[in-house]
Amino acid sequence: MAEKKEIIPKKHPMPVQDPRERIRNFNEVALGYDEETAVAEAKRCLQCKKEPCRQGCPVEVDIPAFIRMVAERDFEGAIKKIKEKNALPAVCGRVCPQENQCEKYCTLGKKHEPVAIGRLERFCADWELARGVFPQEVAPPTGFKVAVVGSGPAGLTCAADLAKLGHKVTVFEALHVPGGVLMYGIPEFRLPKRVVQAEIDNLRNLGVEIVTNAVVGKFATVDELMEEEGYDAVFIGTGAGLPYFMNIPGENSCGVYSANEFLTRVNLMKAYLFPAWDTPIKVGRKVAVIGGGNVAMDAARTALRLGAEESWIVYRRTEKEMPARHEEVENAKEEGIKFAFLTNPVRILADEHGWVKGMECLRYELGEPDESGRRRPVPIPGSEFIMEVDTVVVAIGQAPNPLVPRTTRGLEIGKKGNIVADPATGATSKPGVFAGGDVVTGAATVILAMGAGRIAARSIHAYLMSKKA
Amino acid sequence: MFKILEKEVFSPVIKKMVVEAPRVARRCQAGQFVILRVQENGERIPLTIADFDREKGTITIVFQEVGKTTKLLGTLNAGDYILDFVGPLGTPSHIENFGTVVCVGGGVGIAPVFPIARALKEAGNYVISIIGARTKELLFWEDRMREVSDELLVTTDDGSYVRKGFVTDVLKELIEQRGKENINLVLAIGPQPMMRACCKVTGEYGIKTIVSLNSLMVDGTGMCGCCRVTVGGQTRFVCVDGPEFDGHQVDWDILARRSATFRQEEQRALELYTGQCKCGGGN
Ligand SMILES: Cc1cc2nc3c(=O)[nH]c(=O)nc-3n(C[C@H](O)[C@H](O)[C@H](O)COP(=O)(O)OP(=O)(O)OC[C@H]3O[C@@H](n4cnc5c(N)ncnc54)[C@H](O)[C@@H]3O)c2cc1C
Ligand SMILES: Cc1cc2nc3c(=O)[nH]c(=O)nc-3n(C[C@H](O)[C@H](O)[C@H](O)COP(=O)(O)OP(=O)(O)OC[C@H]3O[C@@H](n4cnc5c(N)ncnc54)[C@H](O)[C@@H]3O)c2cc1C
Ligand code: SF4
Ligand code: SF4
Ligand code: FES
Repeated sequence: MAEKKEIIPKKHPMPVQDPRERIRNFNEVALGYDEETAVAEAKRCLQCKKEPCRQGCPVEVDIPAFIRMVAERDFEGAIKKIKEKNALPAVCGRVCPQENQCEKYCTLGKKHEPVAIGRLERFCADWELARGVFPQEVAPPTGFKVAVVGSGPAGLTCAADLAKLGHKVTVFEALHVPGGVLMYGIPEFRLPKRVVQAEIDNLRNLGVEIVTNAVVGKFATVDELMEEEGYDAVFIGTGAGLPYFMNIPGENSCGVYSANEFLTRVNLMKAYLFPAWDTPIKVGRKVAVIGGGNVAMDAARTALRLGAEESWIVYRRTEKEMPARHEEVENAKEEGIKFAFLTNPVRILADEHGWVKGMECLRYELGEPDESGRRRPVPIPGSEFIMEVDTVVVAIGQAPNPLVPRTTRGLEIGKKGNIVADPATGATSKPGVFAGGDVVTGAATVILAMGAGRIAARSIHAYLMSKKA
Repeated sequence: MFKILEKEVFSPVIKKMVVEAPRVARRCQAGQFVILRVQENGERIPLTIADFDREKGTITIVFQEVGKTTKLLGTLNAGDYILDFVGPLGTPSHIENFGTVVCVGGGVGIAPVFPIARALKEAGNYVISIIGARTKELLFWEDRMREVSDELLVTTDDGSYVRKGFVTDVLKELIEQRGKENINLVLAIGPQPMMRACCKVTGEYGIKTIVSLNSLMVDGTGMCGCCRVTVGGQTRFVCVDGPEFDGHQVDWDILARRSATFRQEEQRALELYTGQCKCGGGN
């Protein structure tokens, strides 16, 4: 770059719904850049030769190239460039923890704010969605049949890639709606369901058959899919959906939800539209959400929108250790979510009808770093106190879904109930069976699940082609 | 979409449907259930598989109309479709030759008992079944239960048919008559208070008793924890660990309370549905 660039130190702000307004609706909070803002933000990029940002992206999106195209107003070129690596840009642009990935390595970020890579990615994807997704080419049929189990980001990506390569793909999904966590977990106000729906429609256009209401391991096992239904290969992307509880007294009281139940009722079953939709949800006046990740943040912000007067995040470490996306923590604060750091419940108290009326909590201090590198929270003896709450949401993590691992013959299972798969190929210990996403890694991120689906698709293709030869 | 092939009205509030669901029928076993959703804005509700035909690819459900979803389901007829129908869910009944087994079905609970009694009989057990309902009209499948039982005892709460008394009265008499050592297992399915009462009776004699719990559910695949109950001091998920548990280990109070979590909302939905909303507002 010959010309010397004037540096704009800050990201162009994301237009958002006013916090006072948005806590009363479920519409998307972040409204997205318009063309002018996107172009201006793209022009902040220094076009670094070494592409450090790119190394921060788990799927190595060609960030400098697509940003240059945005700066040149070639939006169609930009989205095509992104899609070479990322099958779900409208989703990733919204939910990737960019501050720990691409933007963390941005040169501009060393002294100033990094380029808003995620927002630009989202802009390109939305630009395309508004025009109808461009048709993709499908290779001539290979004659092979592949079953994809689970329709989260891992399954969706794997299915799309395999379909483009000419394989006949059937996706089996346990729930009545495909999309996995993108549909049942992440709320509408952060990821509008029409965005996910567009990806699913795209999959159908590629000729993928999606069978909902199909719990693999129940109606048929993976072995039966291969032996009786003639699938030549299987991809398992069943996610980490098994909620952890704290195993403390009183946890089965009424008004204690797992985050999965709370969010599933609201997102999948649309309880926020009750009684127009039949599934109910109940939040009291004061809600405590236990945990510090995206799931906790989503639950706390959802509770507020359902009418809670106070919504608390109760987390046993400090703000610095919270794994949630930075932007969502900021959004939550703006909305008036309250935080009780260095605090953890030891007992849930119920009234005479069995309803939650409070939590006995302990205060913590930070000790030595643990294996995750974060300082370990240590309880302070005698620090017990009562927090009065009438609803508790437990958001302390999820384990891999056990059903498929338990019912599939010859599948190596790891210590945490995860399926063991080669990260470079997605291959499991069972020939013809591949796996990826949260069921392999434990609860992680959309982009990692997607990347794993993509890698597996590539090696499933190679596996099938070698069978042919 | 899942087609309703047959409908039979047992009483104004109890109905049977045969539903075309070959994937469910292929592998289901006694003791398992399905979750269905009638229409797009509907709730997911669990219903036990009351019978199945693998050849025809059909599942039989029997349900009692207690709230909006079951009432709505009851308005459908043969030829109509149910939007979502997923299964077989839950762990199948543990079937082996125990010796003499007493199968107790209360009210609509007669339906889920039927396939289990049949499987127990096929496994060589001597099956004594007790079925009961509040009143004669609510009783069904006496003939089918007779077919799969070595002995069948029938009762009605109000005495409108055969005899007067609760199924627990009959159960107690039976145990007294035959001797507790001559009964190896009791299986009780019906409303929570009835199952709990059966466990109280058998507890006095120390006879192992299996119950099928009907907790609230959302997904039915172990993902949400809504269905959790305390059994033997431990948290268990009814949809995957059950629905059958050792009745003497179940914490019935917690189950009853958790089942009532959404009572007000259920009531409101029902009133709106039946057009009797007296709340004055809302839309
Ligand atoms: C509330 C919440 C917020 C999150 N926020 C973020 C975020 O901001 N950014 C981010 O990057 N990540 C976020 N995550 C994590 C991210 O969503 C997951 O890492 C990702 O969805 C994993 O994808 P997956 O395809 O492996 O599995 P999932 O998305 O879990 O999908 C698995 C699918 O398989 C189905 N399934 C399970 N068992 C069976 C079976 N036996 N038969 C058939 N189907 C089956 C499930 O129903 C599900 O649809 C969040 C997660 C949650 C819960
Ligand atoms: C594993 C399992 C298997 C099941 N199998 C069967 C089966 O085979 N057949 C069957 O009929 N049911 C079965 N059930 C129960 C069935 O799922 C529920 O009856 C159903 O979900 C009710 O849905 P609804 O919308 O009609 O009623 P909801 O609106 O959800 O409310 C129903 C509940 O509210 C209570 N209720 C409603 N109205 C009143 C009132 N006026 N006064 C007091 N209480 C009231 C009742 O306790 C009732 O159970 C099963 C449940 C489980 C968990
Ligand atoms: S996919 Fe995620 S990490 Fe990669 S460039 Fe896009 S926002 Fe950044
Ligand atoms: S590191 Fe930042 S400034 Fe450099 S090319 Fe990447 S996005 Fe642009
Ligand atoms: S119904 Fe959700 S875990 Fe059992």
